[in-house]
Amino acid sequence: MNFAAIKAIYLFEMARFFRTLTQSFVSPVISTALYFVVFGAAIGSRIQEVEGVSYGAFIVPGLVMLSVMTQATQNASFGIYFPKFIGTIYELLSAPVSFLEITIGYVGAAATKALFIGVVILVTATFFVDLTIVSPLAMIAFLVLTCVSFALLGFIIGIWAGNFEQLQLIPLLVITPLVFLGGSFYSISMLPPVWQTISLFNPVVYLVSGFRWSFFGVADLPIGVSLLAITSFTVLCLAIIWWIFRTGWRIRN
Amino acid sequence: MAAIVSVKNLVKRYDGGFEALRAVNLEIEDGEIIALLGPNGAGKTTLISTICGITNATSGSITVGGHDVVRDFRAARALIGLVPQEVNLEPFETVLNTVRFSRGLFGKPRNDAFLDGLLRDLSLDDKRDNKIMTLSGGMKRRVLIAKALSHDPRVLFLDEPTAGVDVELRQDMWRIVERLRQNGVTIILTTHYIEEAEAIADRIGVIAKGEILLVEEKSALMTRMGQKELTIELQHPCEAIPEALTAYNLERSADGCSITYRYEATGDRTGITRLLNDLAASGLHMKDLETKQSSLEEIFVGLVKEPA
Repeated sequence: MNFAAIKAIYLFEMARFFRTLTQSFVSPVISTALYFVVFGAAIGSRIQEVEGVSYGAFIVPGLVMLSVMTQATQNASFGIYFPKFIGTIYELLSAPVSFLEITIGYVGAAATKALFIGVVILVTATFFVDLTIVSPLAMIAFLVLTCVSFALLGFIIGIWAGNFEQLQLIPLLVITPLVFLGGSFYSISMLPPVWQTISLFNPVVYLVSGFRWSFFGVADLPIGVSLLAITSFTVLCLAIIWWIFRTGWRIRN
Repeated sequence: MAAIVSVKNLVKRYDGGFEALRAVNLEIEDGEIIALLGPNGAGKTTLISTICGITNATSGSITVGGHDVVRDFRAARALIGLVPQEVNLEPFETVLNTVRFSRGLFGKPRNDAFLDGLLRDLSLDDKRDNKIMTLSGGMKRRVLIAKALSHDPRVLFLDEPTAGVDVELRQDMWRIVERLRQNGVTIILTTHYIEEAEAIADRIGVIAKGEILLVEEKSALMTRMGQKELTIELQHPCEAIPEALTAYNLERSADGCSITYRYEATGDRTGITRLLNDLAASGLHMKDLETKQSSLEEIFVGLVKEPA
């Protein structure tokens, strides 16, 4: 294992993040505040409690997840796409590093950034609502696993993408709808039965549900199912990445 | 001497079916400078990319320092530094940071003293904290070299290092190559500038259409392939070549003051003695004689043009 290489990639990627710190930091804070104004103050005042939790507090886990998923995907896809685009990828391919080191470096950095933003949103939320965290350990586990798994997904997208348009395509057409329909702003028990069943095919439902459980102890689905879902998703992404590097797909041809 | 890079029956076929390399065999000796000479699209870059791990080979095998570049890629690649043809650099990073990044990728611990020395050698020390995007084209090329040398490689690939650079940088580059050679670094350089190969290489490989046409010592290549020219200056200008001398295919200069005879320098019979005798017999008086070796350029053009 080439640890120096992992460190080099990680620090190089983090440097990009810190160069644009204002942008990385300010925009999630502003958008979260806006969500609280719209959903918390305007709409929330007309909604009773959801499953015993005030609506303002109820949407916090979903909001954090929303940002974390999109940020992790975007950062990781851009992180690996950019060297491909400007040609510096030659260096990664000719260095004594395996796919594991490259993946850990890029995905680790993207996950760290997403985690950082997730924490910022969580802290911002405490200014608007009273938050309780039933199981801090589960909360951290879900947050970290989500950061990592969606960064892995972003990494795959970055390798697959042939241009900037494709780079935006999957986050826009797949991830955003899944996240919005994944129960970020509602409990799926509020849906008609048909839509409840359809929702079960949406992987994001399991993540939001599990994450929400760690705050309030209530969830749409059993916590074990949620954990299993996110673990399977992570393993699937890892398997795809392993295949990509083994065959050199879109990289070594 | 042992081969540090060994390429056996290397074939690279791209997805579209284009065969960039057709059964290439090449042994590169430890510590030598070898120039791969060939026209654009000959397969030079593909060959280098395949050795360095940037493209997968279709078939064949490559070892570097005895390590297979696929099975034992870590050991093989740790020995290699690569200066690519295209100037591919992260525009928003500083010089020192990108060089540091390269060193890290090769698993070496941070050593800023070493990198400072490297940047000084490449006249980049006053640019170390500048962003890449603010540098001139020549400076960017120097950064590429610094990155390739940041982990102290034993084998350095230079893919057309002097394409489109000014004279000063080219000479700097040659000086750097010479210094590396003294430190025992093996250098593989691709170029289509013949004078470059002529100036710095020990051996020259000629590559065209994905095949290595020949690899030879520079001097041997030049003697073996070289034609020589014998130019005879005459005491009095001649109106035309005398008929007795037509068999020699002589070339008369415009003013008639000199005639030129071409011959294979390595042939058993150069025909010079006979020519000089016949010359005297036909009444021409010589003022001076000059012989000239043909340059690599002429050899190269002859090789690539001939149907293989």
